[in-house]
Amino acid sequence: MKRDAIMLRPEDNVATALRDLEEGSVAVVGVMEDCREVTMGQTVNYGHKFAVRDIAQGEDVLKYGEVIGRATAAIPTGTHAHVHNIESLRGRGDRKVA
Amino acid sequence: MEFMGYRRSNGSVGTRNYVGVLATVVCANETAASIADKVDGAVSFTHQQGCCQTPVDVDRVTNTLIGLGRNPNLAAVLLVSLGCESTNVARVAEEIRASGKRVETIVVQPTGGYFRTVAEGALLVQDMVMEASQVQRTPCTAADLVLGLKCGSSDTTSGLGPNPALGFATDLTVGHGGSVVLGEVTEFIGAEHILARHAKDEAMGQKIVDLVARMEARAMSAGCDIRGGQPTGGNIKGGLTTIEEKSLGAIAKAGTAPIQAVYEYGEQPTVKGLVVMDSPGREPELLTGLASAGCNVICFTTGLGAPQGFPFVPVIKITGNERTQERLRDHIDLSVSGVIDGTETLPQAGQRIFDEMLRVANGKGTKAELSGYTRAMDIYMIGPVI
Repeated sequence: MKRDAIMLRPEDNVATALRDLEEGSVAVVGVMEDCREVTMGQTVNYGHKFAVRDIAQGEDVLKYGEVIGRATAAIPTGTHAHVHNIESLRGRGDRKVA
Repeated sequence: MEFMGYRRSNGSVGTRNYVGVLATVVCANETAASIADKVDGAVSFTHQQGCCQTPVDVDRVTNTLIGLGRNPNLAAVLLVSLGCESTNVARVAEEIRASGKRVETIVVQPTGGYFRTVAEGALLVQDMVMEASQVQRTPCTAADLVLGLKCGSSDTTSGLGPNPALGFATDLTVGHGGSVVLGEVTEFIGAEHILARHAKDEAMGQKIVDLVARMEARAMSAGCDIRGGQPTGGNIKGGLTTIEEKSLGAIAKAGTAPIQAVYEYGEQPTVKGLVVMDSPGREPELLTGLASAGCNVICFTTGLGAPQGFPFVPVIKITGNERTQERLRDHIDLSVSGVIDGTETLPQAGQRIFDEMLRVANGKGTKAELSGYTRAMDIYMIGPVI
């Protein structure tokens, strides 16, 4: 089956779009040898990520089976996951205690 | 696994055979560039450093120029000095000469200015190129490759296709007895625990973690969130959200070989196999560091399309972004987008990268070389300009 998006590890909670995915469409998400379907809650462009399950505010965001940041707002399934709702936990000079 | 290369008297192998005209200070750039422009077969290295810096950076400039001059892709070297800089020009000449190649020095102030120095320098370089042009390529093997790794203008395709494919090419290079240098320490942040597991032993793993901590502390000393600087605005446009995500994709270039050693910026490895070199992610400083480390070929993956090359080390551009491959054909040497759409496996793509590396080592021109897009160069500094 042609994949519309890819998850690197089964435990990941975001997938990467391999084409522009329209709101309301059903995306085929490849994960290792398997596929699953996610209904897009929002249009997500090529190369960008979306949640493959509901992610709560404060939850770790996982890609490659590793933590890539923390959700700063709830990210519902099928919606865009990016800088507007994920913060980095590293290189945070703004949080440094003097 | 052979290619024809230029074996130098110290045993190192060049994939190119230029005469290098190296400015020893920013103030000699115009003179060095003009001299190299006058003679076919000469290339210049220019940069923004060499004066009004703390001693640690003066040493850094001196050592990097030594490393560049010793790079086997240079048959001979002309140093172009202004005359009053901080760089230790005598030591640069002496240590490059110790590698067995001809080194000449020309100094602008006593020679009598730009025009006279260009004329005298061009005469010297013409003679050096004449000598160098008589060196023949001889059979070499993949064990003679010193591969530098780089990714730039990354997007989310970088970590899905070209970086892991390059990781396979890294493994092939190491498997054939060659050397591979991994830099871009900023892009280890969030992935250092994985690299540390690849270190040959626990102490080496700790060195990697410490190197990343030093880089992160330096980045954080500006007092702000590094996002926007790392990942860059372009990375973010391409879909990369955090430095952790960028790093996890970037380190895939290193493959699975054990990391044998950790080096300071521009230092030349004394061991074979995969090594880590301190450096930032930005192209001019990183490409210069790899050249100073002795790399004779560089593989550079890109998502959105990075055009940069280096004056005397061929840089092979690899993308996994099918749109970039179409739009930026004048910059992209190899596409591995099949890995992402499922029409090619990672080992197949890795083998293609490795084969292309050998062809380029053998003399095939890269897109950056053929378009003259080869001026991404500067030396990575530690302290302030004073």
